[in-house]
Amino acid sequence: MSLGTSVRLLDVKGLQKFFPIRKGFLKREAGQVRAVDDVSFHVDKGETLSLVGESGCGKTTTARCILRAITPTAGQILFRSEDGPVVDVASLPKSRLRPLRRQMQMIFQDPFSSLNPRRTLFDIVAEPLAANDVGTRQERVNRVAELLRLVGLRPEYMRRYPHAFSGGQRQRIGIARALALNPSLIVADEPVSALDVSVQAQILNLMLKLQAQLGLTYLLVAHDLSVVKHVSDRVAVMYVGKIVEMTDTQRLFTAPKHPYTEALLSAVPKPDPRLRAQRIVLEGEVADAANPPSGCYFHPRCRYAVDACRQETPRLEEVQPGHFVSCHRARELTLRGVGQ
Amino acid sequence: MAENQTPILSVRDLKTYFFPDEGTVKAVDGASFDLYPRKTLGIVGESGCGKSVTARSILRIVERPGRIVGGAILLRRDSGNGRGTEVDLTQFDPESREMRQIRGGDIGLIFQEPMTSFSPVHTIGNQIVETIRLHQDVSEQQGRRKAIEMLHLVGVPKPERRIDEYAFQLSGGLRQRAMIAMALACGPRILIADEPTTALDVTTQAQILDLLRHLQEREGMTIILITHNLGVVAEMCDQVVVMYLGRVVEQGPVDAIFHAPKHPYTQALLRSIPSIHATVRTELPTIAGSIPHPYNRPTGCPFHPRCPDFMPGTCDRSEPGLHPAGENQDVSCFLYHPA
Repeated sequence: MSLGTSVRLLDVKGLQKFFPIRKGFLKREAGQVRAVDDVSFHVDKGETLSLVGESGCGKTTTARCILRAITPTAGQILFRSEDGPVVDVASLPKSRLRPLRRQMQMIFQDPFSSLNPRRTLFDIVAEPLAANDVGTRQERVNRVAELLRLVGLRPEYMRRYPHAFSGGQRQRIGIARALALNPSLIVADEPVSALDVSVQAQILNLMLKLQAQLGLTYLLVAHDLSVVKHVSDRVAVMYVGKIVEMTDTQRLFTAPKHPYTEALLSAVPKPDPRLRAQRIVLEGEVADAANPPSGCYFHPRCRYAVDACRQETPRLEEVQPGHFVSCHRARELTLRGVGQ
Repeated sequence: MAENQTPILSVRDLKTYFFPDEGTVKAVDGASFDLYPRKTLGIVGESGCGKSVTARSILRIVERPGRIVGGAILLRRDSGNGRGTEVDLTQFDPESREMRQIRGGDIGLIFQEPMTSFSPVHTIGNQIVETIRLHQDVSEQQGRRKAIEMLHLVGVPKPERRIDEYAFQLSGGLRQRAMIAMALACGPRILIADEPTTALDVTTQAQILDLLRHLQEREGMTIILITHNLGVVAEMCDQVVVMYLGRVVEQGPVDAIFHAPKHPYTQALLRSIPSIHATVRTELPTIAGSIPHPYNRPTGCPFHPRCPDFMPGTCDRSEPGLHPAGENQDVSCFLYHPA
């Protein structure tokens, strides 16, 4: 997607978010959960980058930092705003965040709890317009009608309440709301994981269509690798607060270079009984971000671990152009991906 | 595989309706299938298809205002002399002694969300021991030993310590293992697993599926696996039942369901799932519309408003029945059995 003259819309450098663990009556700080620990990546205009990983890997925390729903502990989040200048979202004072928020919007996971049941579709979709004093009432009505058409809903539905709509339709409403202010970046946190399988495809197709039509940039947070494969240009795999592998989608799926990526791909149940896999079943559990193991965080579960993995923490290195891996053995291992 | 064996459980034309104030919801509306010993039967479908209510009907734990209004659930037990006895579970009172023996004794159940299935104020050990002592005449001590043994069997590390922990102290994967230990504590022949891995991460899911397969081999268990995840079905099941709006639309051996699906719903569902083998950034074929609201059940075949092969005048008028189509495969569709 992003060849040659790509514009960097988002550039995240050394992002960290630590949460304190408080103990006892005086709530003294007893430790830290390193939810996001030195994460760097960029997203070009018009592309989709997916953050994938299992629960607790820090993918949602990363997304929330980018939207400044929470303030990062350290690092830079450089965002190219519409009028040109690049701003650091991480350090911007709260008062200056508001105009930026028009340019970054969010699509939520649960279409049942993310829409206020007491407000009509018009109220919900026009809320960002009202909050930012955009347009007169009539202009807002027109804009909402246009947005509803855009996401495949009938404008006549404007006066109805969310309860009258199915999960897939509600997710369309959530997307319409996110698009109301013409944002350049959409952060979608598990946008289809609460939907029925037959409806997931509709929403994924809609996201692809809107991206082509409006030149949107997506940062997608997801755990379902099949979903990720359908919509992403590039994928970053996270494990215990760090990116362990990042490259373009095709390469990640067919030729992974991190043992954790290989295990993740292998663990996905394939919808074909003839492929009953010689699955790689990872032993043990995801490491505790408050008390991570020494060396590479993945080494206790890694079938390829050697001594160096127990002692030294690997860095994210570019082992091939555009293929970043954080593994001591990335250059020597040949790992199994999934075919077409 | 099916002909020369007697099913261990047969569901015949099961109807479980709910009667809330607003009207009637036909959650399960005429489901029939057979469960063969030592096999895994998958019941697959999307929300509202009645797969969970079917499981709850078998165990007679359907909540008010729902009740079984028709059909039979035949459980065959080996009486030891080579001959089996057959009981119809729909004939028992849900609170009866027989049903209590069957729940946990003959049929174990694991739920989707292990956090809400365990009591938060009792240790997991206490709850497992309670289950054991409900069914077997053993002392507290023996019960505890059995519980530790079960936790060990399902791969909980340091079971003698974990047994005194509470559910919230365990990770999702360990909690689901403890849940399985509790369900299997009394050696049921049938295990009903209702979305056992839906709340888990993929690598944990792989561990739990592995465990279920391993336990099935070791204990000779029969499993009913209820899930919306077709990948899990493909990996685990021998037989598959596909449900849509309370009805079985297709059933057959797993390979036929995935490689020669007959019903337009099964075909569309298989096409529309995002696959890890697909080409990057491609549009997916979709099923038009969404699952109807239970109060607005379509007339005729429940799938006809979304069906690409809809035949006006037939599919919206009469309901198709489940009839054979192909080897060991049944389908409920007028394309194969003209009205």
